[in-house]
Amino acid sequence: MSFRQASIITSLLGCLALAACSGSGDTFLMPGGPIAAAQRLELLKILGWTMIAILPVFLLVPILLWHFRYRNSAARYTPDWDRSSVLEVLMWGVPLVIVAVLSVQLFRTTHALDPYKPIASDNPPLRVEVVGLDWKWLFIYPELGIATVNELAFPEQTSVALDLTSDTVMQSFLVSALAGQIYIMPGMRTKLHFLADAPGRFEGENTQFNGTGFAQQKFRAVAMERADFDAWVAQVKSDGVPLTAERYAVLADASTGAEAQKRMAAEGLPEGVIHFSSVEGDLFDTVLHRYMHGTPVPPSAQPGAQEYDPQTEAGEPTQ
Amino acid sequence: MTDALFGRLDLSSLSIWHALQDPTPSELVAAGAAMAVILGGLGVLVLLTWFRLWGPLWRDWLTSVDHKRIGIMYCALALIMLARGVIEGVLMRTQQAFGLDGGFLTPDHFSQLFSTHGTIMIFFVAMPFIAGVINYVMPLQIGARDMAFPVMNQISLGLTATGAALVMISLVLGKFSTGGWANYPPYTGADFQPGPGPDYWIWAITLAGIGTTLSGINFAVTIYKERAPGMHFLRMPIFCWTVICTSIIMIFALPPLTVAALMLAADRYLEFHFFTNDLGGNMMNYVNLFWLFGHPEVYLLVIPCYGMFSEVITTYSGKRIYGYMSMVYATMSIAVLSFCVWLHHFFTMGQSANVNAAFGIASMAIAVPTGVKIYNWIATLFRGRVRMTVPMIYAVGFFYLFTIGGLTGVMLANPVISYQVHNTLFLVAHFHNVIIPGVLFGLLAGYHYWFPKAFGFRLHEGWGRAAAVLWIVGFSFTFLPLYWLGLHGMPRRSPTFAEPSFQPMMWLALFGAALILSALTCLAIQLWISIRRRDQLAVPLGDPWDGRALEWSIPSPPPPYNFAVVPHVTARDDFAEAKAAGRAYAEPEAYEDIEMPNNTAIGLIVCVCSTLMGVALVFWIWWLAVLSLAVMLLALVGRTFHTRNHHVIPAARVAAEHRAWLAKVQAATAVDRLQETHTRNMGRAMPERPNRTEAAE
Repeated sequence: MSFRQASIITSLLGCLALAACSGSGDTFLMPGGPIAAAQRLELLKILGWTMIAILPVFLLVPILLWHFRYRNSAARYTPDWDRSSVLEVLMWGVPLVIVAVLSVQLFRTTHALDPYKPIASDNPPLRVEVVGLDWKWLFIYPELGIATVNELAFPEQTSVALDLTSDTVMQSFLVSALAGQIYIMPGMRTKLHFLADAPGRFEGENTQFNGTGFAQQKFRAVAMERADFDAWVAQVKSDGVPLTAERYAVLADASTGAEAQKRMAAEGLPEGVIHFSSVEGDLFDTVLHRYMHGTPVPPSAQPGAQEYDPQTEAGEPTQ
Repeated sequence: MTDALFGRLDLSSLSIWHALQDPTPSELVAAGAAMAVILGGLGVLVLLTWFRLWGPLWRDWLTSVDHKRIGIMYCALALIMLARGVIEGVLMRTQQAFGLDGGFLTPDHFSQLFSTHGTIMIFFVAMPFIAGVINYVMPLQIGARDMAFPVMNQISLGLTATGAALVMISLVLGKFSTGGWANYPPYTGADFQPGPGPDYWIWAITLAGIGTTLSGINFAVTIYKERAPGMHFLRMPIFCWTVICTSIIMIFALPPLTVAALMLAADRYLEFHFFTNDLGGNMMNYVNLFWLFGHPEVYLLVIPCYGMFSEVITTYSGKRIYGYMSMVYATMSIAVLSFCVWLHHFFTMGQSANVNAAFGIASMAIAVPTGVKIYNWIATLFRGRVRMTVPMIYAVGFFYLFTIGGLTGVMLANPVISYQVHNTLFLVAHFHNVIIPGVLFGLLAGYHYWFPKAFGFRLHEGWGRAAAVLWIVGFSFTFLPLYWLGLHGMPRRSPTFAEPSFQPMMWLALFGAALILSALTCLAIQLWISIRRRDQLAVPLGDPWDGRALEWSIPSPPPPYNFAVVPHVTARDDFAEAKAAGRAYAEPEAYEDIEMPNNTAIGLIVCVCSTLMGVALVFWIWWLAVLSLAVMLLALVGRTFHTRNHHVIPAARVAAEHRAWLAKVQAATAVDRLQETHTRNMGRAMPERPNRTEAAE
């Protein structure tokens, strides 16, 4: 018995020790903004409150097992004892109080950290439209007229307001160090807000399995100083190509960011990143309404489908 | 012509064919698994023929309607599927341990592995294992002779076996879905996965799901109608209470799954648009339906295991359960609340904060009755005389690990945290952390506890202890590191990763997986050794653990009619009370003829026909689908014209058998609990003296 307990405790301690010397900064445990910081605080609060209910279990089990072991003839034995009013009140009451406290906490933070809620900031918010594709991310900056693949740049201390949709199967958008995730679904718009306290680079990813390129569907979220961001925008405008319907059709074809980069011949950029100097029409709206015309959409015109054909897609008149 | 005959089945459907064309490690692993299925199946056929076992197999097992034999067949199915599920889990851990360099499996193969692993472990390991134990134990505990509907019971088993068979066939023919155990559309729709994979999932789940719904009806009606005289609801063992709760969940939660799967089938086969992207389909309707099943499902799995732990902890503490009424209220509250929380599986869908808060609070509320149950078990240890047998080792593992799982459950119930760790390995760690220590440890504890009842001999203690310790340590090494990885943002279902700091945790997890594989090996060795030494381990008198409920008051293994005379129950823990008062093992005043149901092949016919129908539907072999459905329906209708379905066991035979057993019990020496795991334990328990200390002085 002691061996078993020792090994459980050792493995737990081992995990904690390794967690302490964590190498990756792409997590809400090392938050880059107020939302993720509040989420980490919430996690620690729950950990603290639940310990009131959990520690007695951890302590009592070994004590009782040892004291009331069969061979301990000094221990009392009351085979018919099966009720105690005091214990009943404690057993129901303590967890009830903890859950009540945590419920109030949960209600408050769920509202405070609602992903749809804009974040107050001195700077004007930046709008970005996100389209999830198989297996890459397209970021459209409607106010700036540019778009990128797998690179989401934004100024620090600025509320970033994302509108998200998918142009394939369902996905889930997560930048752990900045904010939680939100599902993105074809024909539907979801929203997410975040803000970075300081310049930094964070990893973003899709967490909802969507096929063989799933593990490669990562992107860089880069928070910059305002001047650097303006320079970045100018650079995207100068080194990017226009995002036409034809180019979008090729981009939407199932491929990882690196493969798409090769197909678009976008050289000189980090792996998987593509820059677009302009965007043809209201692309986000077109994608959002792709399936909403009341007519069947053949698989050849559904990005991500096995029979999807960029030729059909590009030739289709935009409505 | 071949299309009409074979549908879309052709040579390239054979996974071995692919390995011959393209012998990469990934294809070789797949072909190896296919060969294992084929050779394993052939091996079983050869052995059955060699040992001339076809007759006994047919008479005693395949056509039996005895709830005990059906229960054992469920458990055997679960253990076979457990072996496949664990091997798949170890393969996935191995792939991820090498995942920084790309590993040895293709992403497509990896996604089939996590899809079959989840589907198998939930539907074809946990569910049949639970159905098996319930089948075996519950009628014995309430003093019944069989289930309320013995033939329907056989059909339920047949349909469950069909689902498992379809998943096994997918190793050889075609490939399984890559959409995970939840099989979310539109990814699993015809546009995105036109192949046979999702169809295998649909038919395996639909057919097995119908079987489970029927099982639920059967269990519930059995408890409502078949209790022995005096077995009031509040005198039933806690395990039977958990069975009622689980049956209610089976009856109400499985239909949404069956409906969702059939709607997906309508999309895929008939060009409906329930969940497609176009023409108004909405995948979130599927997600709602799936979790309307899926959340009650996890309680369907864990509640009977709470019952098993209740039986184990009371027996090995030599005490009544603490807080019987609290236990009943808590279990029922969990069953009801389990229907009110499904949305916490998709807090991230984009609904309003009020909706999320409501479901978050409801989810956390389940922690209250669950906590009460844990405290009740701990209070049951208090002032008991605790023997650390194999089931108690599992119980200790359960106390610690399940509590950690509960803690992370409270975290996940909070939408704010769920936004971060949903869909990551944190979630994977959490549900393994409740399902392995909660469900699997409960089942293994129950397996060791009731095995002597079913077979008349105990399981080897030493190998059992080794397996239990390996399970607990192996679990901890495999899954606790996944919490860390999830908190650092590693998504579930990733075959590879790019972050070098994840590597050490992956290796720890692989080490744990190796321990779990050793634990499984120990269980196999234990079974082999126990069968070899069954004479030394024999406990034919029926009560090896100084048991408390009615199942221990009859021989091991019990006769087909269970009770020579239906017992009159006068108290909770009736058999323990009877032993304490010296009333146990009394010869009844009179014996009566016993009417028992006849054997029938209907369950087997349903199983074979529905398997053929499943394969036919997966590969679009329409004639075969229609034919097998027609044969199945005809057999079911034909069965209703069969009126002589019972046989009578004469009172004289019952009396002779019972008196012979009673004579053996009287002649045997009762053993105390120190000799519980000794050869001298023949299954007659010496009553535990309440005041051992005073007597010694």
